[in-house]
Amino acid sequence: MTTIRVEETPHLTAILRLADTALVLSHRLSEWCGHAPMLEEDLALANIALDLLGQARLLYQHAAELEGKGRTEDDYAYLRDAPQFRNYLIAELPRGDFAFTIVRQTLFSAYFHPFWRRAANSTDRTLAAVAAKAEKELAYHLRHAGAWLVRLGDGTEESHRRTREALDALWPYTGEFFEVDAVSRAMIEAGVLPDPEALRPNFEETVDRLLREAGLPRPPAVWMQSGGLRGVHTEHLGHMLAVMQHLQRAYPGARW
Amino acid sequence: MYTQALNERIDGPRVVEDPEKLAAFQARIDAEEKIEPNDWMPEAYRRTLVRQISQHAHSEVVGMLPEGNWLTRAPTLKRKAALLAKIQDEGGHGLYLYAAAETLGVSREELYEQLLSGKAKYSSIFNYPTLTWADIGCIGWLVDGAAIMNQIPLCRTSYGPYARAMIRICKEESFHQRQGYEIMLALCRGTPEQKAMAQDALNRWWWPALMMFGPPDSESVHTEQSMRWKIKRFTNDELRQKFVDATVPQAHYLGLTIPDPELRYDEATGHWRYGPIDWDEFKRVIAGFGPCNRERLAARRKAHEEGRWVREAAIAHAEKRRMRERAQRLAAE
Repeated sequence: MTTIRVEETPHLTAILRLADTALVLSHRLSEWCGHAPMLEEDLALANIALDLLGQARLLYQHAAELEGKGRTEDDYAYLRDAPQFRNYLIAELPRGDFAFTIVRQTLFSAYFHPFWRRAANSTDRTLAAVAAKAEKELAYHLRHAGAWLVRLGDGTEESHRRTREALDALWPYTGEFFEVDAVSRAMIEAGVLPDPEALRPNFEETVDRLLREAGLPRPPAVWMQSGGLRGVHTEHLGHMLAVMQHLQRAYPGARW
Repeated sequence: MYTQALNERIDGPRVVEDPEKLAAFQARIDAEEKIEPNDWMPEAYRRTLVRQISQHAHSEVVGMLPEGNWLTRAPTLKRKAALLAKIQDEGGHGLYLYAAAETLGVSREELYEQLLSGKAKYSSIFNYPTLTWADIGCIGWLVDGAAIMNQIPLCRTSYGPYARAMIRICKEESFHQRQGYEIMLALCRGTPEQKAMAQDALNRWWWPALMMFGPPDSESVHTEQSMRWKIKRFTNDELRQKFVDATVPQAHYLGLTIPDPELRYDEATGHWRYGPIDWDEFKRVIAGFGPCNRERLAARRKAHEEGRWVREAAIAHAEKRRMRERAQRLAAE
């Protein structure tokens, strides 16, 4: 089977954005497995990757129901090209060093923990069910990444420097969390998605608290990167998909 | 995964043990009592266990690498999740095996240094490459399958902490084995290309899997004493035969051919008789000249080196925190 063409509706797009983000970040985290700074982190990062992969699968299954064309979770993951992916850019950036991974996971979880808590009241009942599960998982992810952020920020000179560099590199990718386009506007109005503006105080409070504890300065307001939600990605996603989709693309139609 | 009986001398000074204590110890073993960390034990018993448990732990940790090679290329989301969970299990096995070894008075850092320096051994099987997706199936089916044969008897091994760790490990390994077989089944029921992929993987993994049980009994240096102490309960050759007997019918069910022209069923004994194993290859791989020895150790060293600043930061932070808390306590007094 070749690349699929998904007929996106606002609702389907909204679900794919969440599913793609979870899958892509899970993939990046899984790249650590066997290469982490200590065995405990091999386990923890794999655990977080598994949670996100589980969320992605439920969301793709939901997407398949919404689209109603008999597709499977794998069709969305393996048979779309980069421009059809709708993930936030922050998820696709290469794994970097441990500081980069921890800062990304902290920023991501600081947004997505309150996101899922609110989404548990979604009018989309399947999404609400996914949210109820994801909220608990994200609470743990935030605790884990936040504790590491503090250790690294308040550790040695080197760890402080690396963490600060990672923060500066990643901060411009947090703007996308709060981007609202016509698709998300319609879904917010329909009560499917929470309004990101309502999540901002919670996000900022979490980030400020952790940065304070870590002894890290809050990055200045900068130009925010954008594009993932409409399929305009960084150079990195194409490479990631080339690897991830390799078998499905090389053996079209095979069952695994 | 994965213990392996490796022919390796145990270093350290020879200790002359008190014969009365030795006799009492052997009596406890004979009575099937478990030996616990604070109990008296002969130095050679302790060393044998440290060597075996740490080799086992190292094997788990190195074993994460060949499978990790396919994590980013797993062909479906379900397979990706199962593989990630499996590798995570292996890391967990490593962790509690290191903990079991620590009850014998040797630290995880010390053991890990022995792995990184190349002094300690790990299972030879992980020095083979994973070249196609079918290798992931074969590792589950054959490598975990062989590991289970080795490890089920270890659930009754005489050292308590090791035996208890093995109970949990075996449960997880048996799940991995079934997952691996299921991958093979899907491939063998798939397209001709997939089936060829499965056969090719079996051709490459069969003999290394048989070598996982260690050298033949006639050449094994540890077996006799380990059997007397009930660290081991079956010999290498006994376990290897059990594995062959269990696995050959599974291969037939898949419609695959075992790459051994001498393989035949012995009606009289009910065993599958296999051809000669290339022990030169085994010795070569153990000695460091397998296809991936260099890469595997290099990957472990790289992760360890690149993680150094992280571990230092964690220690520095813990220390700073302790000092701050102490200062606060003093100020309050």
